[in-house]
Amino acid sequence: MADPMKIRAQMKGDVAEVRVLMAHAMETGQRKDNAGNLVPAHFIQQITVEVGGKLVIQGQTGTSVSRNPVFAFKVKGAKAGDKVVVNWVDNKGEKRTDEAAITA
Amino acid sequence: MDTIRRQLLKGAGATGALAAALAAGLLKPTQVLANEWNRAAFEAKESPAVLKALGAGSSSDSKDLLLKAPDIAENGAVVPVDVVSNIPNTISIAILVDKNPFPLSAAFDFASGAMPEMSVRLKLGQTSVVKAVAKTADGKYYTVQKEVKVTVGGCGG
Repeated sequence: MADPMKIRAQMKGDVAEVRVLMAHAMETGQRKDNAGNLVPAHFIQQITVEVGGKLVIQGQTGTSVSRNPVFAFKVKGAKAGDKVVVNWVDNKGEKRTDEAAITA
Repeated sequence: MDTIRRQLLKGAGATGALAAALAAGLLKPTQVLANEWNRAAFEAKESPAVLKALGAGSSSDSKDLLLKAPDIAENGAVVPVDVVSNIPNTISIAILVDKNPFPLSAAFDFASGAMPEMSVRLKLGQTSVVKAVAKTADGKYYTVQKEVKVTVGGCGG
């Protein structure tokens, strides 16, 4: 099981700012290990973000996203206390779901 | 003659069922999400092919689409890129790195109050043009681009 995500969600005026840090190697499939063997690709492919029970962001990612990806989004119409649920799935079918509440 | 034909038909039927079962099993991980990973776009090796796979064959430049990225990136493994679309009714944004082995880096759809802007950190294998493509609800595509010089490539990790 992958390490938990770090989710920070905070109201800035009437907009909720959501920052997510995902713990993932994001291997491109281009890199070689010390023995000279190609390291197989292993990367997050799909991301969803729900705020207050509504799906707000649906994302797809490729191999050029950096290791331990950080994403930031802004969501209107949310309020402090709303639940933010972030979910990712990688190319090996591994997945992780974490949640946090929006702070004022 | 007829028995052989029967057997062939039976054989074909069995293989078909097996293939269907396998496909169903393989598809499971992606069924969690409504959207399937756009393999054609993410595995395209040239930016024009990516744009075509995204359906953005024709697009126009827009001053209302803002792309923020460093002029020079000392570390190609972590290049912060921000995209903000001020184009009304923007429903999705994609980011491409022209010179990467697979240019398409990320494609995000926005709904239910999500503002059409995103921040990501990307890997750049070498100095490259970074492109953002915004799609509006009426199916139009807008682009903006910026060159980022890389002094140490991001291929190492």
